[in-house]
Amino acid sequence: MSSETKQILTTDGIPLEVSLKKAEKKNKIKAFLLVAPLLLFLFITYVFPIGEMFTRSVDDKMITNMLPKTFKAMEKWDGKELPPEEVFSGFYSDYKVLIENQTQGKLGQRLNKEKNGFNSITKKLMRQIKRNKIDESQSIKEQIMKVHKRWRDVEYWQAIKRTAPPYTMAKYLKGMDMYFAADGSIAQVDEDRRIHRILWLRTLEIALFVTIFCFLMGYPIAHLLATLPMKYSNLLMICVLLPFWTSLLVRTASWMILLQQQGVVNDFFVMIGLVADDNRPEMMYNKVGTYVAMTQILLPFMVLPLYSVMKTISPSLMRAGKSLGGTPFVAFWKVYFPLTIPGIGAGCLLVFILAIGYYITPALVGGASGTLISNQIAYHMKTTLDWSFASAMGLMLLSGVLVIYWIYNKLVGVDNIKLG
Amino acid sequence: MSKNPEFVKFDKVDKSYDGKVLVVKDLQLDIAEGEFITMLGPSGSGKTTCLMMLAGFETPTNGEILLDGNIISNIPPHKRGIGMVFQNYALFPHMTVYENLAFPLRVRKIEKDEIDKKVDKALSMVSLNGFETRMPGQLSGGQQQRVAVARALVFDPAVVLMDEPLGALDKNLRESMQYEIKHIHESIGVTVVYVTHDQSEALTMSNRIAVFNDGKVQQLSSPAELYEKPVNSFVAEFIGENNTFNGEVSDISGDECKVKLSNAEILSNAISVKSKGEKTTVSLRPERALIEPTEKMDNMFSGKIEEVIYHGDHTRVRVNLLGNPEFILKVPNSTSNLELKVSQEIKIGWNSYDARALDPK
Repeated sequence: MSSETKQILTTDGIPLEVSLKKAEKKNKIKAFLLVAPLLLFLFITYVFPIGEMFTRSVDDKMITNMLPKTFKAMEKWDGKELPPEEVFSGFYSDYKVLIENQTQGKLGQRLNKEKNGFNSITKKLMRQIKRNKIDESQSIKEQIMKVHKRWRDVEYWQAIKRTAPPYTMAKYLKGMDMYFAADGSIAQVDEDRRIHRILWLRTLEIALFVTIFCFLMGYPIAHLLATLPMKYSNLLMICVLLPFWTSLLVRTASWMILLQQQGVVNDFFVMIGLVADDNRPEMMYNKVGTYVAMTQILLPFMVLPLYSVMKTISPSLMRAGKSLGGTPFVAFWKVYFPLTIPGIGAGCLLVFILAIGYYITPALVGGASGTLISNQIAYHMKTTLDWSFASAMGLMLLSGVLVIYWIYNKLVGVDNIKLG
Repeated sequence: MSKNPEFVKFDKVDKSYDGKVLVVKDLQLDIAEGEFITMLGPSGSGKTTCLMMLAGFETPTNGEILLDGNIISNIPPHKRGIGMVFQNYALFPHMTVYENLAFPLRVRKIEKDEIDKKVDKALSMVSLNGFETRMPGQLSGGQQQRVAVARALVFDPAVVLMDEPLGALDKNLRESMQYEIKHIHESIGVTVVYVTHDQSEALTMSNRIAVFNDGKVQQLSSPAELYEKPVNSFVAEFIGENNTFNGEVSDISGDECKVKLSNAEILSNAISVKSKGEKTTVSLRPERALIEPTEKMDNMFSGKIEEVIYHGDHTRVRVNLLGNPEFILKVPNSTSNLELKVSQEIKIGWNSYDARALDPK
């Protein structure tokens, strides 16, 4: 015990810790230099873009920068009745600067998103200013209020005030089909316009079922792989991995050929008389197509971790279970299955997380009822160019995955995962 | 309670895996109730296959296996009620020691109190009380081995099979476990079928030993008889150390025969030779040949010491004798024997009764 409190010296009289650090220093530097490229790569391609996505998703600085004097004056305004003269004059001078820079249109558009009707009244105000109808020596409040009756409506000024903070959570709310109501509270959009919530639920549902299907199909395959003699198991392994070596797009396209109404599978069903020729079931451009194609594509991600775990389970354990009196089922359920849980956990987590963000396959075979949230994100990135909304949804997806990971860790424990 | 001498019976059992080679050939083996029988043989001799057939993990290609008079070939393993200790213990790694032992009792739907009692009894049998809540991974090899033995016995099986259970232990532990298993067998009187390739293990533990080679039982007898009276040269070679002379029978009368070697003639005990002119291998245990014998012996020859190896309690002396440069002598370490030197000429003698003329190698 006493030796722990005393400082231990090397034979040369240098404290042991100092000497150890010195001896290890070179190795530590070497190790760090070896991982440095990866760290740098991860930072550039992962941490930095996610940070960028986050700022983009909450960024609302445009108006803040356009109306500095207005927002300064609004700080003293309680927001219940029409704002005082200073707010009006601040807005007037801000707006004049915008007109000079010819960026007043953007302000109108942005404010219009906040509250309908802004576009026309800002344009009207612009024309008045351009014609020098505003007398700066008189009360600016009175003059602006005369331009249009909406300028006399307190709700419009409240809308301007709401845009004051440089950051907003509005995009996140939109992703959940909610918005900031006029009074600043959070409200739900009308029921017939709630598209995102349906997509989130559908994404979860499809990912869940694809995981279940993959598990049901992958477990026996992995078991066979682990127990077959080497020469057969290698062949089977190639069969499992073959899809891996084929382009994702090609695989999805081949599913389209198989599943379409005049496709191979339907032809076969008609041939064996399972369905009538004029009543071919639709297996594509709906959930069925997404399920089938995604299950096939994600199957290796389930099989490989399961296989690597099963490979380590000694066959004598099952034999022991049986020789001790367990029926084959009991021996499987009580002995074999619990030992494969790390593999099941890894496989399910992997498949679920991949499925939740899947994009190409649902886009091609999913149709309207089989698309996922990732397709919506892509739509906003490419078509509406609402990048901040796409970023917000992407981050929501990411945090969803992290939540699932956290739940999994609580339930099973991440240490139990065995990826290979 | 009368013991059934044919408690386990292999009746003309053949086994082939590929339809070309017989791994077990015409096995005829009776095991008495309460007996400790060891199947001993080199790897690939078919001993483990026999055990697996008895346990129900392999089916005989031909013939029947009977347990207490009932044919069991068609009974699945879990209904045979045979306990088994596996080579690598096969403890369930996700269960505690208690759960491992309770497993065979739980699947038999035994009451909780009864399970507790039986587990406790089985653990005290292997002196592992207090280890109930440990996981197998937290136990040493020897402790895991004991848990495996306790688990195979806890449900009172009629027969316990052990497949090289001590193979993974170090030498000292292996020896103490040998005695422990032997004592457990003696105290509860269960029938044990033990498989090993380690002859000393077989000799110390068994009532009877079946020596396997090439899919056949070469000899089935008690350890002493196996060592003292091997019936063929494979057994003589496989069990213990052995000096051999290859020659030809030149004269035979009753149990005694003369065997002509290239440069001498020795007197031997005729075991598997019948007539003059037969080729034979004479087998002699190293401890039966004496250096400079004081009493009269009917075989007396002199040879040159090639090598002396000190072994603590005894010294091994390699002698070039009658054209055999590998003739080994075991000399007990007494003061009179410390004079042995390489290149020394010594006289060596043995009784003809100890030199067994067996089938030629």
